Amino acid sequence: MPRKSLSIFLPALAGLLVIAAWYAIRFSLVADFKFLLPTPDEILRAFRANHAALIRAALNTSEGALLGFALAVVVSSTASLAMALSPAVRFSLYPYLMALQLTPLPVLAPICVLWVGAGLKSVSLLTFLIAFFPLAVNTTQGLVSTDRNLVELFRMWRASPMQELFLLRVPSALPYFFTGLRIAGTLAPIGAVVADMNAGSSFNDGGGLGFQATIYSAQAKFPALFATAATTCLLGFIFTGAVLTLSWFALHQWHDSYERADK
Amino acid sequence: MSAPPTVELRDVSKRFGEGPLVLDGVNLVAASGEFISFIGPSGCGKSTLLRLIAGLTPASGGALAVDGRSPEAAAADLAFVFQEPTLLPWLTAAANVDLAQKVRGVPVADRAASTRRVLDLVRLGDRAAAFPRQLSGGQKMRVSIARALSLSPKILLLDEPFGALDELTREHLNEELLAIRDRQAWTAFFVTHSVAEAVFLSTRLLVMSANPGRIHVEIPIPLPWPRTAETRLSQPYYELVARVSRVLRSVDTAAA
Repeated sequence: MPRKSLSIFLPALAGLLVIAAWYAIRFSLVADFKFLLPTPDEILRAFRANHAALIRAALNTSEGALLGFALAVVVSSTASLAMALSPAVRFSLYPYLMALQLTPLPVLAPICVLWVGAGLKSVSLLTFLIAFFPLAVNTTQGLVSTDRNLVELFRMWRASPMQELFLLRVPSALPYFFTGLRIAGTLAPIGAVVADMNAGSSFNDGGGLGFQATIYSAQAKFPALFATAATTCLLGFIFTGAVLTLSWFALHQWHDSYERADK
Repeated sequence: MSAPPTVELRDVSKRFGEGPLVLDGVNLVAASGEFISFIGPSGCGKSTLLRLIAGLTPASGGALAVDGRSPEAAAADLAFVFQEPTLLPWLTAAANVDLAQKVRGVPVADRAASTRRVLDLVRLGDRAAAFPRQLSGGQKMRVSIARALSLSPKILLLDEPFGALDELTREHLNEELLAIRDRQAWTAFFVTHSVAEAVFLSTRLLVMSANPGRIHVEIPIPLPWPRTAETRLSQPYYELVARVSRVLRSVDTAAA
């Protein structure tokens, strides 16, 4: 079988096997414990029954994730430029960026709530904090690892510092930026959900998927809880897919990571 | 068109920081239109010498003038071709050539035409829209040369530009370089490890010795022009290659 069809066939087969095993485990469970593992059809039914709440929650979470993510892109780009241009700024900021990254989100959440209140603002702020680090670190790295020969070439042409920055350093940092973006893109929806569990608010129907999961868990609505998990996962796929698509558009023509076999 | 300027080095020396002398007592006067090659063992400072003329690094002692000015002041007359093609991978061949002119301040109206002209000159007119990774090593080097030529240099500095290419491609590019030289008047300084290449291209060949780098001997190359693939089959060519090889070996053994 050709490689391409194998890459579709094998995951499909694995999926079918997992579902079969799923049903098998479920049927072998004692009646008292069947609630531990709702079957896929139960989960689908739970999704259908709760779809209005789940979609609304997904949209709220997306809003928080997108806002935080966008803010992280803008602020990290600016910060990276500053850090790349000035070693003093870089050395001053790095340890604190690191410290921020090492503080778990559930601990930061109540602080955010204290400052900006529960709900969308807190969720976006926390998503921003979690997406900021990989973006800033990778972009800064990209801006300071410009090919030395190319820098010399620009010096040879007597390029102005602005020309060197925007015609050389920034474009050559793009692959690094997109590496950061891919990491941040997978972290943002996860961050938004965790933030929502810790700093979300159902006020004005503003609750997100994290909040919804907490509710279903408290109500012991386990199929709905699984449906929430599946929705979260789907949201993550959409985010990651969007970022990968963006990255493809920016890099596929010239960057080696998109090297085609037909060259 | 004014005649290409001369380059003059008087007792030039160079050391990096507190390190040993890399170049010592280098004297050289290059007339307009010369093609001068530097050849010598590794560490003889031939690339450093080229970078001094380019103004990429300052001399530690002596006097260096490009057309009567400092290399920095003469920057607009110089173009440098590095060992690597040093193309910007995110730009097409044409955009790479265009960028050099843009940075150098060539008006936008003149750029498109000269980009087309130099790409045609290196026979890559049909690959203008290709990205560097779609080009072969030889093609990339040709774009790099086209880019240097687009700056209408009076002095072209080439630091082992064909070192990474296979023999046949190298020979073709040597012939092309001379063909282009017939149509654009520039003075060339060329660093190479290849005796055959140096003899084929040069009007004058400077064999250097190492520790510290000095010009060991100067060998004029009186082969007739134009030089073509036929030149490589001629008796005088063979004799010159043999002679330079002998000198080079004596320099190398002296160093070892």
